[in-house]
Amino acid sequence: MTDRKGLHGLKDATAVVGIGQTPFAKRLDEDEKTLACRAVLAALDDAGIAPGEVDALASFTMEETDEVELAKAVGLGDLTFFSKVGYGGGGSCATVAHLAAAIASGQASVGVAWRSRKRGSGPRPWTNTTVQLPTPAQWTRPFGLLRPADEIAMLTRRYMHEYGATRDHLFNVALACRNRANQNPAAVMYDRPLTREMYMTSRWISEPLCLFDNCLETDGALACVVVSRERARDCAKTPVYVHSAAQGLPAQHHGMVNYWNDDPLTGPAWTAARHLWKHADITPEDVDVAQIYDAFTALIPLSLEGYGFCGRGEGGAFTEGGALEIGGRLPVNTGGGGLSEAYVHGFNLITEGVKQLRGTSTAQVPGAATCLVTAGEGVPTSALLLTNRS
Amino acid sequence: MLRPAIDTDGAPFWEYAARGELRVQACADCHEPRFPPRPCCPHCQSFASEWRPTNGRGRIWSYVVPHPPLLPEYAAQAPYNVVVVELDDAPRVRIVGNMVSEAGAPLGSLPPQRIRIGARVQAVFADGVPQWVLERP
Repeated sequence: MTDRKGLHGLKDATAVVGIGQTPFAKRLDEDEKTLACRAVLAALDDAGIAPGEVDALASFTMEETDEVELAKAVGLGDLTFFSKVGYGGGGSCATVAHLAAAIASGQASVGVAWRSRKRGSGPRPWTNTTVQLPTPAQWTRPFGLLRPADEIAMLTRRYMHEYGATRDHLFNVALACRNRANQNPAAVMYDRPLTREMYMTSRWISEPLCLFDNCLETDGALACVVVSRERARDCAKTPVYVHSAAQGLPAQHHGMVNYWNDDPLTGPAWTAARHLWKHADITPEDVDVAQIYDAFTALIPLSLEGYGFCGRGEGGAFTEGGALEIGGRLPVNTGGGGLSEAYVHGFNLITEGVKQLRGTSTAQVPGAATCLVTAGEGVPTSALLLTNRS
Repeated sequence: MLRPAIDTDGAPFWEYAARGELRVQACADCHEPRFPPRPCCPHCQSFASEWRPTNGRGRIWSYVVPHPPLLPEYAAQAPYNVVVVELDDAPRVRIVGNMVSEAGAPLGSLPPQRIRIGARVQAVFADGVPQWVLERP
């Protein structure tokens, strides 16, 4: 990784040089556009880059604040690249990947990715039955499989049945995230410890998933700034290089209702992982810390398998013995994740990955040099391998 | 309660269901079944399709038991079950539905503890929509 000569494509060609966020809460008073502006300006300030230098944007198709509104509000320059990625939390890492690709290929020089969402105080998306996706509206929703929690619970039950994974394994995930949130003053669950008894006696949301298997409902916004590796050296903070990036939509995949193919328990993580590792100089064993998308606890064992940290069916057992805690085999979601810091479609996992590689996390993994960040498993997804070595 | 939002590809399924038949779309050229229905065959790219009768039998592949918050009419019946049934005649065609005590019974009519992965089930029809009952009640 020390010599750029002979390298090609995205590998270490760009870096995240700025991150920004608003407070996280069940309810924030400001609207999504204002929160987006605050997060973007905070990220640019962190990078030491003026808004007028920004020429690229990337966000989610579900983002309500569009490029025109954001650019004119915060005073961005002429934009030559802007993209939006679909599939909710599956798009988080892809926003950074699109900026990296645009910058590495010369389409832009300073990119900003962002997500602003009032999911805490706003309506629950699944209650709006007029905008349902085609497959669920016909084949699953009428039967009462109404929410993402129900759709993923179906796969979770099958996963537990096939591999002997247990609720204790899911608890291990919830606990690791909560323990990290308890170290992070910005986390919604900062002052709320979790015990096994609380978990095992909590109310069901969709059996076999209970309250603590589900992510938070949060208002908040985050952003990050991506530039070329050459430009990154002149920025205010330690560059965090985009070592490898991938999107993943497997053949015959059906989204969160992935019930209709040969192997429903291998999802988009497997596809993204193959591309991610193919273009990387490191392997899963070299990853110091991971930020794994956690809208539901069960996505973490699935992702551990998909990204190659363990074999098929071993994701539950992998969580045993404190493996996901600081000092364990693979510390995960060190800011608390979507389960316990904030649920902003996984964007806080990207910024937490950057904090780890800057050495500024509230639950710092000593000497962390490589971090995997993933987007939502169970939907067309994306992932980033970040490093501070180059 | 939500009614199925029927599209062009899925319409034949619901027309047969209205007659009490469980049929699945299959390629008329290579004969591979596919679900959900779609315009062409992902195996051979043929646009010719047929709707193949099934024996209406299968096994429970997985199930969930939703609890509120839910849409009001569903919350009123919660906790209820939702199952995925793997069809004997087309194992990758896994139909989402509800286990009930008898045809036309409400969503929560069969206690969740009666439901097991692998249990044999049979399709029944009520108001043009398939439901599922245990083969051996």
